[in-house]
Amino acid sequence: MRRFPGPRRTTLAGWTFILPGFLGFAALTLVPVMATFGLAFLDWDSYSTPEWVGLANFERLAANPTFWTALGNTVFYAAGHVPLTLVASLGLAVLLNRRIRGVQYFRTALFFPYITSLVAVAIVWNLLFDPDLGPVNQLLRALGAGDPPGWTSSTTWAMPAIIIASVWRDMGYYMVLYLAGLQTIPPELYEAAEVDGAGAWQRFRHITVPSLRTMTFFILIMLTVSSFKVFDLVQVMTEGGPGRSTLVLSQLIFREGITEGRFGYSSAIAVVLFAVVLVLTMVQFGFSRRDER
Amino acid sequence: MTAPRTVRASATWAALALLSAAVLVPFAWMLVSSVKLDDEVFTVPVQWIPKQFHWENYVDIWTTIPMLTYLKNSLLLSVVITVLQVLTGSFAAYGFAKVSFPGRDLLFYSYLATIAVPWQAYMVPQYILMEKAGLVDTHLSLILLQAFGAFGVFLMRQYYLTIPDELLDAARLDGLTEYGIWARIVLPLSRPAMASLALVTFVNTWNDYMGPFIYLTDNDLWTVQIGLRSFVGAYDAQYALMMTGSVLSVLPVVVIFLFGQRYFVQGIATSGMK
Repeated sequence: MRRFPGPRRTTLAGWTFILPGFLGFAALTLVPVMATFGLAFLDWDSYSTPEWVGLANFERLAANPTFWTALGNTVFYAAGHVPLTLVASLGLAVLLNRRIRGVQYFRTALFFPYITSLVAVAIVWNLLFDPDLGPVNQLLRALGAGDPPGWTSSTTWAMPAIIIASVWRDMGYYMVLYLAGLQTIPPELYEAAEVDGAGAWQRFRHITVPSLRTMTFFILIMLTVSSFKVFDLVQVMTEGGPGRSTLVLSQLIFREGITEGRFGYSSAIAVVLFAVVLVLTMVQFGFSRRDER
Repeated sequence: MTAPRTVRASATWAALALLSAAVLVPFAWMLVSSVKLDDEVFTVPVQWIPKQFHWENYVDIWTTIPMLTYLKNSLLLSVVITVLQVLTGSFAAYGFAKVSFPGRDLLFYSYLATIAVPWQAYMVPQYILMEKAGLVDTHLSLILLQAFGAFGVFLMRQYYLTIPDELLDAARLDGLTEYGIWARIVLPLSRPAMASLALVTFVNTWNDYMGPFIYLTDNDLWTVQIGLRSFVGAYDAQYALMMTGSVLSVLPVVVIFLFGQRYFVQGIATSGMK
């Protein structure tokens, strides 16, 4: 169709546009991603020569209780973080999707925790969660709790404390995504439902939720992936403790691979992490397909 | 019909006011504590207005920890990475969105495929690579790792797809090269997208903990995030100064966010809806 430019010139131009970025990406992301899968089958640490050992790293992993603890903790975190963040962000978006005074201020305020540095946030929450004198437990005592939780200094309550801080931090982000989704729903749908006598809950249940199905699916996947790779919030708040009660998979990869220099073994954990994320994403895809029918 | 509607609107408003206030409480507590004495931070009940404002905390923090060095390092990394990410992202995005040639889609899919892989899953090979190159414990390692992200390419490509091809064809007929079109037509048109990408990248780099945590061991190279974290670890009871440092570390991002909120939210909405 086009006479200008000739095909050869376009090809050359195309490659020159893409190559500078792509070379950086290939060397620093693509190659390491592929290397992970190779390394997982090697016995290799910082002072030995690599040797092919087949599935030995995975067998060692399966026999290691620390790995199962970390996997369990990661699942615990995801099981709290994903549904709570999803519900909170949807609720906030629905509340905010209307013309009322100050709506811009509310959106900014609720989104605010997401842009502030994780370290500052983690430090503040650690102090807020102080078992004896922290404001959280003061509030709980005022509400009548005789023996409030020990939060980050207790093996049972450290993970819930991290989950609370993480939901607080992330809900504003997903709220923005949900708001974008809500704005694509034609207002006529709600008007028609109201004329038919549908109440607020029915309108939410039968118009809002189904219209947001694609967005919810997308957010679910993002939330799941981000929960399984959680690292920095845990690292700053508890460093995986007390004991190993909040140790998560990516911390284990970091400790084994970078602190201890066990390249092969840590890559096996990385492959497991990747496989878990992949399987969960595919299951969610499967559910969303079935829903559409 | 109107009466219950007003009541409901007021109830929603009240709920939102309460919720947003509750969400901001940790920040209020941080601000208030930053001008207290250490032993006034934890009081029963919480003291929301300090008896005395200890502004000297904001003077002392600079000498207690090398705050200026930390802030300089954070600023350097954030600016360099943002500039590079916007440049490489928009340059590559033009190739993906507006030039068609054999092999293009294959390259694009390789970007797509890695998006699903969590960074944590390949940080070890990356680290080995950097170690072999002798770049561990340098700023250059972090710059290289973060300047070529797939995110910038996606965001800019998404925006370029909305620029009509006819416009570019007209420029081609006028004799402009592809590079000329990129520099003189597409770049000026995509200012809002560049602003979004720049803001998101700057804030992410400024707030990044994991990258500097893994790669930087020399105190002189530390960013404000690492510096602050290690201060908390080393001096367990200097609660007020911890909060002073936290306020200072958050401040630049707050200023940027309040000025560029529109672009920031735009960036999230576009990248989120791929």
